[in-house]
Amino acid sequence: MNPRHLVYWAVAAALIGLPAVYSQPYHLHVLVLILIWSFAYTSWSVMGRFGLVSLGHGGFMGVGAYVTALLWNHLGLSPWIGIPIALVCAGALALVVAYPCFRFRITGHYFALVTLALSGIVLQIITATRDYTGGSLGYTPERTKGSVFTALQFVEKETWYLIALAVWAGGIAIWFWIDRSMIRYAMEAISEDEDAAAAAGINVTAEKLKITVLSAVMTALAGALYCQYQMFISPDTVSGIAVSLQMVFAAVVGGIYVALGPTVGAIITILLAEMLRIGFGTKAVGWDNLVYGVLLVVFIIFLPKGILGSLLERMKSSSKR
Amino acid sequence: MADIFDVYLAEAVISGILLGGVLALLALGLNLIFGVIEVTWICYAELIMLGMYALYYFYSVYGLPMWVAAPACILVVAVLGLLLHYIVIAPLLDAAPINQLLATGGVLFFLQSFATVAFGIDFRNLGIRLPVLALGEMHFSYARLLAFGAALAGMVVVYLFMTRTYIGTAIRAISQDRQIMALMGVDTKRLYLVTSAIGGALAGLAACLLVLQYAVHPFVGLSFGPITFLICVLGGLGNFIGGFVAAFLFAQIISLGGLYSDLEWGYVLAFAFFIVMMFIRPAGLLARRS
Repeated sequence: MNPRHLVYWAVAAALIGLPAVYSQPYHLHVLVLILIWSFAYTSWSVMGRFGLVSLGHGGFMGVGAYVTALLWNHLGLSPWIGIPIALVCAGALALVVAYPCFRFRITGHYFALVTLALSGIVLQIITATRDYTGGSLGYTPERTKGSVFTALQFVEKETWYLIALAVWAGGIAIWFWIDRSMIRYAMEAISEDEDAAAAAGINVTAEKLKITVLSAVMTALAGALYCQYQMFISPDTVSGIAVSLQMVFAAVVGGIYVALGPTVGAIITILLAEMLRIGFGTKAVGWDNLVYGVLLVVFIIFLPKGILGSLLERMKSSSKR
Repeated sequence: MADIFDVYLAEAVISGILLGGVLALLALGLNLIFGVIEVTWICYAELIMLGMYALYYFYSVYGLPMWVAAPACILVVAVLGLLLHYIVIAPLLDAAPINQLLATGGVLFFLQSFATVAFGIDFRNLGIRLPVLALGEMHFSYARLLAFGAALAGMVVVYLFMTRTYIGTAIRAISQDRQIMALMGVDTKRLYLVTSAIGGALAGLAACLLVLQYAVHPFVGLSFGPITFLICVLGGLGNFIGGFVAAFLFAQIISLGGLYSDLEWGYVLAFAFFIVMMFIRPAGLLARRS
């Protein structure tokens, strides 16, 4: 076993063992949020790294959260069944929107604008069906009277921390799995030149669809998890254009071409938001997004590979010298 | 029963045409910028939102007469468009196209929260009550008629500018081939700035027309931004006539959809229509089959 693997195992053990040693509720809460959002941002960059810029992931997240909560409240379906149904719904939505886009070569700007409209439309639907979803006032899954396990409504933050950690690790594992698979080479070829890739025997539409549906399903899982953890969702926190842009922003700041980039982005953005919230209280409403917006522009102009991406690149080039 | 239903239907159709005029104006601004600079301003609707605030402040707070306030508002948004290009787009002209799009997404975030911080989240309106025109049993507010007329006038002015002036001709030429135009001795940087200012001015005009009908709040851009993007994609980005036709189509769908149920469902219908249209005419409404 080489020392590098030893470091990985040590970090993993430290992350798993953390709540046993340290369990200050607020800090644990922030950690859970960071892990859930890291997973969402990682899901976005699974397709974003190949130049497939989707601004519709707020929509997929909203589907994940709302379908799970609606099935639980109206049909009494346990989230253990509800979440898979929600994931299928998000995957189907991704398929319906992405198939014509890819089939008819709607790429780049066009794809970004179509998906942007998608996240706006999901928000509109949630607001329009206010009789069921509570509209813009938000929605709360009913507290269970039975088993917390079947309802997936754990009270202890430690449990949620471990669940979020496992899902996040799963997301990173998927990222690496794609990194080593044929899909990666196919997608990289497609992002360079679609015609050349097609001529080389790559089924362009199918490969793009695979990665898009995977990314959408992962994002929906993040939405469902967020809903079960927070026990309150509103259209503005889990769907809509603002959430989509927030995902893109965090992923870009951290670096979309490296596995832990989105995680670094989530740590930075959530700590920033929490610090502004504590420092300025209710006066801070709007300020966090103000800072986000400026940072996003600055990063794209000066550091398009993100913080972690640029750091790793510098380390690599200095070790070569 | 049947004839009453028809009156509502006719009213919805005409409302749709009136709405189409304003949507066409919005689409024209975006299309112009994309056609010339090949950049999509995701924050276009937010520029309009700021314009609506500008008119609100000029007219209702500072008490300027409308004939001063409206041109001032258009000027303010034109300057904003200029600044947007100068500060954000110009440094990114050689970067990957998607980076420009994301950067304007950052500007969207910034403008929304700027409005929240500076103006608060209250809904504000001008407090002008324009009379309502009664045509038989149909009712139209003058605000919508005025908006339709002004939107058409704005589009005609842009058309004349593009076809009758030297700069306009240069802008049209550059949208056909940007490399050659630079070799022909045209200062592309200056043309980009002019185009951005015109795009901003169109947003300013749209803001003046919209604030007559709707209250302004920091997130008002979200209610018509997505629909504008759909119109532009359906019409073909950069295709002025396509955008014009698509705007009226979408306006009809929203208006008729709103007749049978809520306005939100009108938007959902429009999106469904958009998906179907992508199968039928993927390259845009007016694309020729090759």
